Amino acid sequence: MTIDLGRGLVLRNPVMTASGTFGYGEEYTDFVDLSQLGGIIVKGTTLNPREGNPYPRMAETPSGMLNCVGLQNKGVQYFIDNIYPRIKDFDTNVLLNLSGSCLDDYVKGAEKVDVLDKIPAIELNVSCPNVKQGGMAFGVTTTGISQVVSEVRKVYHKHLMVKLSPNVTNIAEIALAAEAAGADSVSLINTLMGMAIDAEHRKPKLSVITGGLSGACVKPVALRMVWQVAKAVKIPVVGLGGISNATDAVEFMLAGASAIEIGTANFIDPAVSVKVAEGMREYCERHGFQKVSELTGSLDA
Amino acid sequence: MKQIADFTLVEKECFGNAVLLRLRGERPLPEIAPGQFVQVRVDGSPSTYLRRPISIHDVDSDKNEIVLLVQMVGEGTRHLGNTNVGESLNIVLPLGNGYTLPEKEERVLLVGGGIGIAPLYYLGKCMDVKPAFLLGGKKASDLVRLEAYRALGDTFVTTEDGSLGEKGMVTMHSVWKEREFDKIYVCGPKRMMMAVADIAKANGVWCEVSLEHLMACGLGACLCCVEDTVDGHLCVCKEGPVFNIRRLKW
Repeated sequence: MTIDLGRGLVLRNPVMTASGTFGYGEEYTDFVDLSQLGGIIVKGTTLNPREGNPYPRMAETPSGMLNCVGLQNKGVQYFIDNIYPRIKDFDTNVLLNLSGSCLDDYVKGAEKVDVLDKIPAIELNVSCPNVKQGGMAFGVTTTGISQVVSEVRKVYHKHLMVKLSPNVTNIAEIALAAEAAGADSVSLINTLMGMAIDAEHRKPKLSVITGGLSGACVKPVALRMVWQVAKAVKIPVVGLGGISNATDAVEFMLAGASAIEIGTANFIDPAVSVKVAEGMREYCERHGFQKVSELTGSLDA
Repeated sequence: MKQIADFTLVEKECFGNAVLLRLRGERPLPEIAPGQFVQVRVDGSPSTYLRRPISIHDVDSDKNEIVLLVQMVGEGTRHLGNTNVGESLNIVLPLGNGYTLPEKEERVLLVGGGIGIAPLYYLGKCMDVKPAFLLGGKKASDLVRLEAYRALGDTFVTTEDGSLGEKGMVTMHSVWKEREFDKIYVCGPKRMMMAVADIAKANGVWCEVSLEHLMACGLGACLCCVEDTVDGHLCVCKEGPVFNIRRLKW
């Protein structure tokens, strides 16, 4: 079940948990044996602390949800001093999702994380739709993504995964730019920008009006984008977007993903991640695959 | 330790728009503090994607049973209310922090509004002191299982239409003038809780309230259900749902 994503990031199996849906892992240890996961990607962290957006930050939608949390976190230094010591010895890969609102934030944040022994990779968040002048500004143009990835690459020596925004016209172009700038892998998709309205009160349901859509409803879009990106780039692709069970996960692998992340489904079944890992193993046995990595891109099309 | 398990519905009682669900688990229940809540998965409702957070009305540890009092306000809770005896519901529990129990001989008032009366029954039951309840609703039929509350302690009632007890809001009840309390525990609509908190503050009385925010994970992971407190944005699901009013910016 092992997956080698390159530059030292080796997963026990292809299943990771998506940033912002699994806290720091600690919230889920009553339900999940973390050693059964390929990795966990902890909450989006920025150089400086952020209080995030006002409540309400969530609206349920058909087969999904919108959120506009706005990267609430206590900053990289707090993470290093207080959270990292608690989670560094988890028996799985702990990846940090790093976000920023300017180039300098990303670079300084990455420098600080580079020296943390037990963090084998950063997932660079250039695609948060909920922060003004936020990461997404970098993630929606090829020049923006080239700039931020190449600057972070200069200071960050371990595996650099870049999380892509689906809110673009040609995601393959963006992925190619990330690859050219030095990304070791790309993960996609972040949430799709959306909106919900309370018609009775003629008000937006979210405090900042728009938010990011996630959950089962985004899966077809995510799958299509993973397929497009996997055809375009040579670096590994990590697929996410609406994965709720092992079959969903296998579909992302067939479309070209080397590994997957589970996000919103953690809210509905806190133990879903380990079930997906087990289900993928069963799928491989049933279909005669020796290695789970053989699934990647093996779509018969 | 938190548990995720299927619970079988063993008893159901309907009270107009509210429904009482007695649910039995197969495993022994973890320790459940009054004021903690559960997240119930809603199956077979396409528009209901997330679990529904529901307060715990009662616990019977000997039988591995929990009792929920659910107000059917939307499609998700209506689906839960339509569960039949013998069917099962998938539940995560116990979540959040409970109320702080009173010290011996403290005089306590438990103030509930509408379906917010639900967790106060289990709270009153867990106390070593005899609680007094002040329960308010729009109309008499909003206030269910009053006999159960009366069995635990003095139970005062208000209804907005005057169909039961004193007419008006809980904050207008005569008990506030007639008695003094050391601790006030509140659960109900936000405006009502704020009004009770004002009374507590004006009299310098300790007061805890239980907040209800829209939430997704229920575990403190998604950061959707935050309340803006004196300590910044805190998750109602993990740092709450019970807060001392001193921590709130009300």
